Amino acid sequence: MDFLYILATAIETAIGPIAAVYALAAIGLNLHFGYTGLLNFGQVGFMLVGGYGVAVSVSTFGLPLWAGVLASIGCAVLLALLLGIPTLRLRADYLSICTIAVAEVARLVYRAEFARDVTGGVYGLQGFASAFYDANPFPRGDYGIGDISFSARDLWMMIAAWGLVLVASVVMWLLIHSPWGRVIKGIREDEEAVRSLGKNVFAYKMQSLVLGGVFGALAGALIAVNQQTITPDQFMPQVTFYLWAMLLLGGAGRTLGPVLGAVVMWFLLTVFDETLRSLAATGVLPFLQGSDVGALRHAMVGLALLLLIVFRPQGIIGNRKEMLVNVK
Amino acid sequence: MSSDATEVTAGGPAPVDRMAGVAATPGVAKPDPILKAHGVRRSFGGLTAVDVEHLEVQRGTITALIGPNGAGKSTLFNLLTGFDRVDAGEWSFEGRRLNGLGGHRVARSGMVRTFQLTKALTRLTVLDNMLLAAQGQLGERVWGAFLRSGWRGQERANIERAEQLLERFKLLDKRHEMAGNLSGGQRKLLEMARSLMVDPSMVMLDEPMAGVNPALVQSLLGHITALRDDGMTVLFVEHDMDVIMGISDWIVVLAQGQVIAEGRPEDIRADQRVVDAYLGAQHGEPADAEEGR
Amino acid sequence: MRRRLVTVLLAVIAAILAVPAMAVADDQSGENLNGQIRIPETVEGIDITVFQGDEEIGAVTTGSDGSWEVELPGPGDYRVVLDQESVPDEFVVDESPGAEIEVSVRPGQQRTVIFRLAPPGQEEAEASPSESADSGGGADAEADGGGEEGVTTAPGVSAGTPFGTKVVQLAVAGLIFGLIIAISAIGLSLIFGTTKMINFAHGDLVTFGAVMAMLFSTGAGGFGNSLLVLLVAGLLAAGAGSLLSGRAPRPVPAVVAAVIALVGVAASTVVGIQGEALDWEVPLAGAALVAVLMGAAFGAGLERYVWRPLRNRNVALIQMFIVSIGISLMLRHILLVAFGGTRQRYDEFQLQEMWRLGPIAITPRDLSIVGLSVLVLVLVACMLQFTRIGKAMRAVADNRDLAESSGIDVNRVTLYVWSLGGGLSALGGVFYGLNQTVYWQMGFHLLLLMFAAVTLGGLGTAYGAMVGGLVIGLVAQLSTLWFPSQLMNAWALAIMIVVLLVRPQGILGRRERVG
Repeated sequence: MDFLYILATAIETAIGPIAAVYALAAIGLNLHFGYTGLLNFGQVGFMLVGGYGVAVSVSTFGLPLWAGVLASIGCAVLLALLLGIPTLRLRADYLSICTIAVAEVARLVYRAEFARDVTGGVYGLQGFASAFYDANPFPRGDYGIGDISFSARDLWMMIAAWGLVLVASVVMWLLIHSPWGRVIKGIREDEEAVRSLGKNVFAYKMQSLVLGGVFGALAGALIAVNQQTITPDQFMPQVTFYLWAMLLLGGAGRTLGPVLGAVVMWFLLTVFDETLRSLAATGVLPFLQGSDVGALRHAMVGLALLLLIVFRPQGIIGNRKEMLVNVK
Repeated sequence: MSSDATEVTAGGPAPVDRMAGVAATPGVAKPDPILKAHGVRRSFGGLTAVDVEHLEVQRGTITALIGPNGAGKSTLFNLLTGFDRVDAGEWSFEGRRLNGLGGHRVARSGMVRTFQLTKALTRLTVLDNMLLAAQGQLGERVWGAFLRSGWRGQERANIERAEQLLERFKLLDKRHEMAGNLSGGQRKLLEMARSLMVDPSMVMLDEPMAGVNPALVQSLLGHITALRDDGMTVLFVEHDMDVIMGISDWIVVLAQGQVIAEGRPEDIRADQRVVDAYLGAQHGEPADAEEGR
Repeated sequence: MRRRLVTVLLAVIAAILAVPAMAVADDQSGENLNGQIRIPETVEGIDITVFQGDEEIGAVTTGSDGSWEVELPGPGDYRVVLDQESVPDEFVVDESPGAEIEVSVRPGQQRTVIFRLAPPGQEEAEASPSESADSGGGADAEADGGGEEGVTTAPGVSAGTPFGTKVVQLAVAGLIFGLIIAISAIGLSLIFGTTKMINFAHGDLVTFGAVMAMLFSTGAGGFGNSLLVLLVAGLLAAGAGSLLSGRAPRPVPAVVAAVIALVGVAASTVVGIQGEALDWEVPLAGAALVAVLMGAAFGAGLERYVWRPLRNRNVALIQMFIVSIGISLMLRHILLVAFGGTRQRYDEFQLQEMWRLGPIAITPRDLSIVGLSVLVLVLVACMLQFTRIGKAMRAVADNRDLAESSGIDVNRVTLYVWSLGGGLSALGGVFYGLNQTVYWQMGFHLLLLMFAAVTLGGLGTAYGAMVGGLVIGLVAQLSTLWFPSQLMNAWALAIMIVVLLVRPQGILGRRERVG
């Protein structure tokens, strides 16, 4: 087993574009859950419509890439309205049921046979991101230190993705440290009290759902651009649960919580993956096949969710003081 | 105790004038009503919780809403403040119809409520709890939030006002504490202070003394009378008879969802229907009430 | 306590009696191998040959409905080979299970052998799941080989069927599907009622039941034995612990329970290593019973060792939702690792002749599912209506605080609700697997429909789950009359959203504050 190789791979993943994508989607989830208290178990649905917003606009309708990104955002707003109007007036558990269901239905609709002309069905769409890569200012070659290196393409992607994460974090910080953020946090604590003070709770919840959904959609668009190909089955419900694990690991209700969570989580996951894979390759674990690694990783994320909630609900940088407050 | 109470009622000159000449009959019209409700009805699965034919609340008074458990006091509260939907009926506040308005719009029109189980926003600081209640904040709009220069001045003014109110309710030194770390009584005070931050013309207090330690009750009572003396109208639900008799200018008695009596404290005490419906329903209470007289 | 023991004893006796009876019933005709080429569509004229060793036993060509059958001389190991030359050009043979399958046939078994064809493109799509590993879907691509995801097929319906027949057939399929949803969802609704918690792992309890029945009906081997030993040890440990607590000084019960559990783990390891030496299998009915018992024990175990401690720690409800999601992720993927990602069918009761009952054509298997489901639902309803524990369950589901203050042992009732829910969802899983296929995501897809069912019927009410389940099942199937079958679940969930808009408390829910 090559520890140095595992370490380098893990660091590459932790600062790579995928981690940035997850960080961005988790920032949206943080707005939903960490600040507003909305139980969104369908963030992947926003990522799906975001990714396809770009892919369909460019591949199917031949629009430029920037129009695709706008379409992504538009789709996310629509989805948020669709989810929010029936459920945001009801108790929190109804939203959780609806989000998980609607995200899965969206995936089934996008992969359905009748939608093939638009979405490409199960095969998805390809080749819609060349405009982005044509704009790459870096000459071809590898960039990096020691064992950690990225191609020019990855570097360009990383800069775009982490740039978006930075912008999103700044936006979040500004919003949360404003009177708007105060109302949002008030709703998390007790929406009836906030309503009794003359605030339109429904509108605020809707704004939060839309805004967090847009972050999710941008993350989806990044996935599409990064891979240059998109299929509905990349957007399984597990993705949402990964985001939850990252958010809780980093610390819900903190601006940098989701970003830190995504980086640390991807580091740990890659270490877990690579270790298991090399163990399986050396034959130490005879009952383990290479293909089981992915499934075991999902199971690990489940375990992580459980342990985090029970033993460290505030995450890595959560505010222990806030957590210790007697809520009821 | 009760003689004290009569003194307090008699001692406030303004309210006595306000209610002068008003007959102690259910649904009676008031000289200057701030809140008028007519035919308000609400039932839960065949059970009528509230069926109020007519009710008016006089401006600038402390009006108490009493009744045995399950009489529909809290439901009526919820209906009037837009936290529940009526089956039928209409009501107006300062001449504006409130039918079908959501809780937040009722609050904005100047009628602010508190809750029986205190709803302090536990993981916000005391000061943030107060600031949240200020109205018309530019920074509360999602786009406005980004324009710091746009709302900074407003915020400063709000902080100043919040601190004055906190001072009055003796919570100023706690302003940077999480609201969840306050004691039960302090939370009640905070909730009352917070409702004033909305700048209401009428406050509706849902059992303000419930679960408050006896030492704090007097100070809470003081705050409530002070509200009236500031020109606000107070409507409150309460169980403790002594408290009600002591500070209210007018009492409305609800039983099985209907207004069965209203009048000055002394009228209510003398009313046999009230004794039957309400005092008789609570063990030990009738004897106390009789002794009190 | 005594009455509980008697109940368990009776159940065990019934199980022992039932197993040989089923075995006898199954032993009526000679062995054969059969199958139907119907994935992705029925294909005629494919040559299939059966060998025992090198000796050819028989050769057939698939009929117009894609089905084939070969009589066998007796039980034993056979090799079934599909002639790739005979496959039409628009298909290739799917790599799993491939064109050559080895099977072992038990005495009296009519074993189904399933070959899969695939359009050539699909193989390519599945051969490149490299990127999707990064988006958290690594294990999924390979698992999706056969059958359309999230689609429940109705028998006897194809493009040419007249509309009236189609309606009837789809209504029957919807009824079956609805009954399965109802059975599985009762537990979900009761658990919500008693603890206000949405159990996101409920779907995986369904998968658990189906997979356990599969395990024990197709040869338990070392793995099944290990699981059984662990289960028994766990039950013994918990039983001994609760018997001794209060009678013996404080550390004794915990120590005894721990020792029993450790012995159990050791024994299960030994049995696991013994492996195939202790191989055994029971008919599906017996396996289903084992699965239901294991499901009940699993549900009870979750409540006793996860949820109750969490409630005692005052963990907020929202946090509990997340924990249940964690458990569901773990359970689902452990089942995936342990049993693989392919769709499987139970060996028994496959490819039966349709019975015609007036306008309805139904296989005896589906008819039994309907009968048994109705029976189970009636039994559950009777239990809820007339027995003390049933009334207590409804009381707790209605108002936990009130029930507690009127002297009901709420924790005990919750434990029973969880074991009832676990057992019923395992049974639902077996029925679902029997009606369709067993695969690792079946429960998750059913979960979404169960959500629709309980929301429709009214969260927290057992009868609501039954009514809601039936409606959802019928809607899902009947929607395929006009809309693509891939969207059937979407329609069911759309109904849920409409219900939330119009009547959030559900059909049977009481009008109270839900917002």
